[in-house]
Amino acid sequence: MRDKYEAVIGLEIHAQLKTDSKIFCGCSTRFGDEPNSNTCPVCLGLPGALPVMNRRVIEMAARAALALNLNINHESIFSRKNYFYPDLPKGYQISQYDQPFSERGWVEIPTSERNESGHATEWQTKRFGITRLHLEEDAGKSLHEGMPDASKSYVDLNRSGVPLAEIVSEPDFRSSWEAYDYMQYLRRTLLYVGVCDGNMEEGSLRCDANVSVRVRGAEKFGTKVELKNLNSFKFLQKALEYEIDRQIAAVEAGEKIPQETRLWNERESKTYAMRSKEEAHDYRYFPEPDLPPLITAEELIQKLRAELPELPEARRRRFVEEYELSFEDAAQLTDSRGMADYFEEVVRPSGNAKAAANWILNELTRELKSAGIDIAHSPLSALQLAEMIKLIDSGGISGKMAKDVLIRMYQSGRPAEEVVREIGGSQVSDEASIRAFVDQAIQSNPRQLEQYRGGKTGLFGFFVGQVMKLSGGRANPQVVNEVLKNALEG
Amino acid sequence: MGIARADVEKIAELARLELTSEETDLFTEQLSSIIGHVEKLNELDTTDVQPMSHCAPAGGDSEYAKRDDQVRSGLGQELAVENAPDPEAGYFRVPRVIGG
Repeated sequence: MRDKYEAVIGLEIHAQLKTDSKIFCGCSTRFGDEPNSNTCPVCLGLPGALPVMNRRVIEMAARAALALNLNINHESIFSRKNYFYPDLPKGYQISQYDQPFSERGWVEIPTSERNESGHATEWQTKRFGITRLHLEEDAGKSLHEGMPDASKSYVDLNRSGVPLAEIVSEPDFRSSWEAYDYMQYLRRTLLYVGVCDGNMEEGSLRCDANVSVRVRGAEKFGTKVELKNLNSFKFLQKALEYEIDRQIAAVEAGEKIPQETRLWNERESKTYAMRSKEEAHDYRYFPEPDLPPLITAEELIQKLRAELPELPEARRRRFVEEYELSFEDAAQLTDSRGMADYFEEVVRPSGNAKAAANWILNELTRELKSAGIDIAHSPLSALQLAEMIKLIDSGGISGKMAKDVLIRMYQSGRPAEEVVREIGGSQVSDEASIRAFVDQAIQSNPRQLEQYRGGKTGLFGFFVGQVMKLSGGRANPQVVNEVLKNALEG
Repeated sequence: MGIARADVEKIAELARLELTSEETDLFTEQLSSIIGHVEKLNELDTTDVQPMSHCAPAGGDSEYAKRDDQVRSGLGQELAVENAPDPEAGYFRVPRVIGG
C-alpha cells in the first residue's frame, strides 16, 4: 500500500551561530548559565532599548550560505514577526521575511534507503534545493516540568537574542531517509565551516519538518502537516516515518488531512496535534524600524569564499578518487573535518592510505570512542600512527603485533619503535631464524607432515600456527609462508 | 478603502485586546478615517520609487550601525527579574502555557 504513495518533505533547520555575544546586544550566549543572568534591556525587551547588529553574525551566516551554494543578497531586511508567548518579551521576534540574507541554494549529496537492520541499501547522489537562509534572534526558554509550581511556567531569557540561521529547504525529500541524510550533511557542513557547534541536545541545532503525502505521480501536493520537536536525527527519521504512515492510512480511509502542527512524542513514538488555538497564526510581518537594511559587502563575500575549506562532499569524493577508498570508508573519514585532517596527516608521511584508513576507523576510533575523546585531541598523534604504519610496511612488526603496539602507543604517548622494543623485540624477518622455527615445527609433527605430503594441503595453516607459536608470534608471516612452503614440499 | 468591523475584531484578537461592542464601533469608524486619510498617498505615482522603510546611508554602507562580537555584562539575574510581578528562583514565573 505504501508504494502507491509518495511523501513530500521539506525541512526548516535552526542553527545557532557560534558567536560569543548575542545578535543585537552584548550579552553572553553561553549555555547552562543561571537563568536570566545573561540579559540586558535589549534582550529583555525593555522599552527604549535598541538593537545593534553583531558583525560576526554576518560573517558566519555568509560562510554557511556560501557552503550551501546560496546567493547572498547585497541588501537584506529585518522584519518583525508578531506573536504572543511568554518567552518572547518584545511581543515580536526580529527575523527576516521578504528580503532574506540569502536565497536559492542546493546541496548534492549521497542518500540511501535503509534496510531493517539500518544498513544503507543503495547510495545515490541527489540534489536537494535550499530555498533560503535567513537571520533571526532566538526566543527564550519556557520550562513547564520539574519546577516548584506545576501550575506555572518558568521563563529563562538567556537564550533570547541568541543568533540563529534558519535554513529552509525546498520540499525535495521523498522519504524519511532522504531528509535524514540531508540533515546529517547540513550539520556536518556547518561544523566544517565552523559556524555552529551542532549540539542538538543543547538546542544549537533544531529541526522542524513539513510533511504531506500524495499518490505517486500526482502533481499536486497533499495538505502539509508541520512536525515540531524533532531534536535528534533518530527522532526526525522516526517521526517522519510515523507521520507518513499516519497520513497514508488517513487518506486510504477517505479522511481529510487537516493542516496542523503536530508534536513528536518520543515516549509513545507518536505525533500529536497541538491545540488548534495556538494555530491562529497571523504574524503581521513588517520591516523592523530599529535596524537599517543589512548590507553585505561583495568584498567580504569574496574574501569568505576564498577562505572556505574543502566541504565534506567534495572531500569525500576526492578521498575515493585520490586514495582509492571505498565509499563507506571515505564517508566515515570525512564525517568531521578533524577526522579528515588526521587521516591526511597520516597518509602524507606513511604513503599508505588503505592502512591509514583501517587503523583510524577501527582501532583508533574504538579507543577514542570508549574514552569519549575527539580525534582532534587524540593522544596518538597522526605522525606517530604514520610511523607505526611504516614499521608494518617495512616488516618491522606484524599486523597482529601492531594492534598491541597501537594500544600501548595510545596509552603512553611514546613512539612506535620504543614500544616495540619494550614488548620484546621486533618482528623476526630473517630467513635463517625462521627456517629454524620451521624445521622445529616439521620435526615435532611427523604425522601431519606425512598427511600433508599425501595431499592434505589444508594442513598448511596448522604448520603456520606451529611456527608462530614457536616464535612467540614474532615471525613475519610472509617469510614464514615462503620458507614453510619450500620446506614442506622439499 | 474602509475598515470593516470584522477587521477591528480580528486585530483586537491578535493584539489580545478585549473590546466592548461600542468600542469596536468607535474604532472601526476612527480607523477607517485614518486609513482613508493615508490612502491619499496612493494617488501619487510611485512606480519608479524604491520603498523606503529605514533611514540609512544612501548607497548602502556595510559598516553602518554594527558592533563587534564582544561580551558585555548585562543586568544580571537579580535586576533582570526585579520588576517582574511573580519571579521565582531567578525565573519569570507566568501562568502555565502548555498542558496543564
